[in-house]
Amino acid sequence: MSSRDLILSKIKAVPLAAKKLPIIPEFEFEGDLKARFIASIQANKGEVISKADLLGLLASGVFEKVYSRIEDFSSFTNIRITEDAHQLNDLNLAIIRGQFGVAENGAIWLEDQDMGLRALPFITEHLVIVLDSANLVGNMHQAYDMIGLQESGFGLFLAGPSKTADIEQSLVIGAHGAKSLRVVFM
Amino acid sequence: MPENKIKIGLFIPCYVDQFYPKVAIATLELLEKLGCQVKYPMGQTCCGQPMANAGYERDTIATTRHFIRIFKDFDYVVAPSGSCVLHVKEHAPVIAGMEKEQAELHDKIFELTEFLTDILKIGNIKGSFPHRVGFHASCHGQRGLRLSSSSELHQTPFNKAKQLMVNLEGLEWVELERKDECCGFGGTFAVSEEALSIQMGKDRLADHQEHQVEILTGGDMSCIMHLQGIAKRNGNPIQFKHIAEILNEAIS
Amino acid sequence: MSHPIQAAEFLQDQAKSKWHDETLWFVRDKRDKISKSVPEWENLRDLASQIKDNVLANLGSYLEEFEKNAKANNIHVHWAKDSEEHNRIVLGILKEKRCKAIVKSKSILTEECHLNPYLEKNGIEVVDTDLGERIVQFLNQAPSHIVLPAIHLKKRDISEIFHEKLHTEKGNEDPDYLTHAARIHLREKFLSAKVAITGVNFGVAETGEFVVCTNEGNADMGVHLADVHIACMGIEKIIPKRAHLGVFLRLLARSATGQSVTNYTSHFRSPSPGKEIHIVLVDNGRTAQLARPKFKNSLKCIRCGACMNTCPIYRRSGGFSYESTVPGPIGSILSPGIDLQKHSSLPFASTLCGSCTDVCPVKINIHEQLYEWRQEITKAQPDRAKSLAMKIANGVFAVPFAYNLSGNMMRGALKILPDSITYSGLNTWGKQRDLPELPKESFKDWYKKNRK
Repeated sequence: MSSRDLILSKIKAVPLAAKKLPIIPEFEFEGDLKARFIASIQANKGEVISKADLLGLLASGVFEKVYSRIEDFSSFTNIRITEDAHQLNDLNLAIIRGQFGVAENGAIWLEDQDMGLRALPFITEHLVIVLDSANLVGNMHQAYDMIGLQESGFGLFLAGPSKTADIEQSLVIGAHGAKSLRVVFM
Repeated sequence: MPENKIKIGLFIPCYVDQFYPKVAIATLELLEKLGCQVKYPMGQTCCGQPMANAGYERDTIATTRHFIRIFKDFDYVVAPSGSCVLHVKEHAPVIAGMEKEQAELHDKIFELTEFLTDILKIGNIKGSFPHRVGFHASCHGQRGLRLSSSSELHQTPFNKAKQLMVNLEGLEWVELERKDECCGFGGTFAVSEEALSIQMGKDRLADHQEHQVEILTGGDMSCIMHLQGIAKRNGNPIQFKHIAEILNEAIS
Repeated sequence: MSHPIQAAEFLQDQAKSKWHDETLWFVRDKRDKISKSVPEWENLRDLASQIKDNVLANLGSYLEEFEKNAKANNIHVHWAKDSEEHNRIVLGILKEKRCKAIVKSKSILTEECHLNPYLEKNGIEVVDTDLGERIVQFLNQAPSHIVLPAIHLKKRDISEIFHEKLHTEKGNEDPDYLTHAARIHLREKFLSAKVAITGVNFGVAETGEFVVCTNEGNADMGVHLADVHIACMGIEKIIPKRAHLGVFLRLLARSATGQSVTNYTSHFRSPSPGKEIHIVLVDNGRTAQLARPKFKNSLKCIRCGACMNTCPIYRRSGGFSYESTVPGPIGSILSPGIDLQKHSSLPFASTLCGSCTDVCPVKINIHEQLYEWRQEITKAQPDRAKSLAMKIANGVFAVPFAYNLSGNMMRGALKILPDSITYSGLNTWGKQRDLPELPKESFKDWYKKNRK
């Protein structure tokens, strides 16, 4: 017998009473979506900046290698993207669009089409996500309602920069992935 | 309530009977002062908890059967111990042929403070106890019988012991840093995991000391016996009283 | 060694054990605060528990549904009945890909299967990429906590091992500095690995996708740069629908570390063009646990670690004192199912205080299962029973144990024995605790005189 069949037969041999799936009630979100989203992002060690702030940062030249998937900033793109994510290793800033944000925890939903290469939001040194403030939901239930059964091969809730507290519980930003997350509402 | 009709059986845990008769006396006197008709059935023995928690629930059938027989004819059974009451309710083995009596007992046995607040419906007790009091929430009463809200749960805070004590004249109720952390007694744990048990006890005592507690009280003498034993060994001047003693003194 | 011995050793270093207790208490306190900011918190726990009840009642059909959907998404699905088969499957994939070095993000399952030593024995370099796991890997240790793998170490320890392995400045203990050194070191490993291994937090039957949560982003750095992603998943990690992720993700990070969500929650549904995803579904004792009515609920666990953070024993004895892959309260109900003999002291490493049960986001009745394991262990191990009974008989609990017989005798004995005997090694109770002062008479005697 294959291990598959063995495991399934062992499960079948266990007499188990039927248990119904519960119905998840509508948990309403109370409060101002945008204010809460900003507070959540900040708690996750990200920040929310204005478009003008971002343009200022870009113009200042602090980011050497920049890649924008958003037209408003594409004039700052100065690298060529290939199919090989390894070449993004020295990318300093990526600018991408998020589909929607979740107020209760600051998570932003991204799919393959938003990232291009799946490694992009991780390997870049700094990350900017552009979000439409009309695209905010209250909580994770509403978030999954929004996603529905869309079929992206990869989906990501990104809620802040890469972080760790593995050394004596001291919070350090920039463990492996992006050292910063800036969200721009447009 | 009660109009000399309701009969209360007083269940005194075996180690309280042996080591802390004054706690049993205080419980009896307190209930009597509050107008209850109380009887202590002489034939009672240990409820079987130490055995069961050590992994020998199956060996407590005779003890449990005896317990049911002794207490089955009372309207209520009251004990100054959350831990023993929880055992009777949740862990006593099912006794064949006594299912009805056992189920009734489950519903009519109460820890002292919950009996006062839930059955006698005492909002607060009038009396005086001018001391700074720290309360040790014993786990079995706390999370087993839900005598007070758990810090882990998202619920409206409540505490039946506090409700009874907080309005006593002169009593200063102390809020602790860790209001419902275990003291490390744990029955056989106290000896099988001695090092941890002692450390947990020391940490609990430190919380009370840092808050200048004068008298440490609680609803279970087992935890208090453990804490007092450590305090005495280390020359810690903190005093210990069961909540029955405080309430009984306060209204005398 | 049994838990009491290990715990006593851990407590020898008072400053460190105090730090361990306070640090984990701080994490639990954060969890308390954030859980109380969610009005429906207790509802969510109920829902999560009920969803898992449904999963356990239909585990087989959900696994089949998951397999069907995953395969349709071009994911390779493997089944492993035990740890040995799991390891063989992983090695087989690596051999086929001619891969000699892998990066691996946190997976308690691969710890349970002892995958690292197996692969290393077979000539594969394994790099754990979670910072805490990399630290313990450098020290040839296992994680001491399932969420905070290096919580037993101080920054001085980490500075020393980084100096040795990564040539950081001697004595530089700054967490930022040390983390940055690890970043550079691991970046190189990410860029060169052809195969990346991850664990799985949730597998969704409805879609055939699986979800991996990290804060560091190490799982994603690994898999998106590698050609092949191998995900190792215990069969109990299945959930029925994508919408159920809403319930579990609201509970998981809040329970684990007191944050509202992990910074990365990745949903893998199909591989990028030209790449491969393999998933290994592992039993390794889970079906046996499912068949134990009193203990099957332990399979609801989502590995948040909250029961460790809250446990007054775990906080003061450290993860290694449990000598099992999953330590703490949940480990103490899972491990005896795997090896009763080896782990027989674990269900006794508890006061049954119940904090684990109240903190658990999926409402596993952990402390009640500890109690039930005790009943099983005393049946299976008469030796243990005897030694425990001896200990108790030597302690103050001789009284309730044989109350009718020895109650008065015990009181008599306490009275006449000199302190030197009462507090001798025979009496564990009295080693560091005074015995209660003996009253003149028992309550029973008083009652006879004072009430009719």
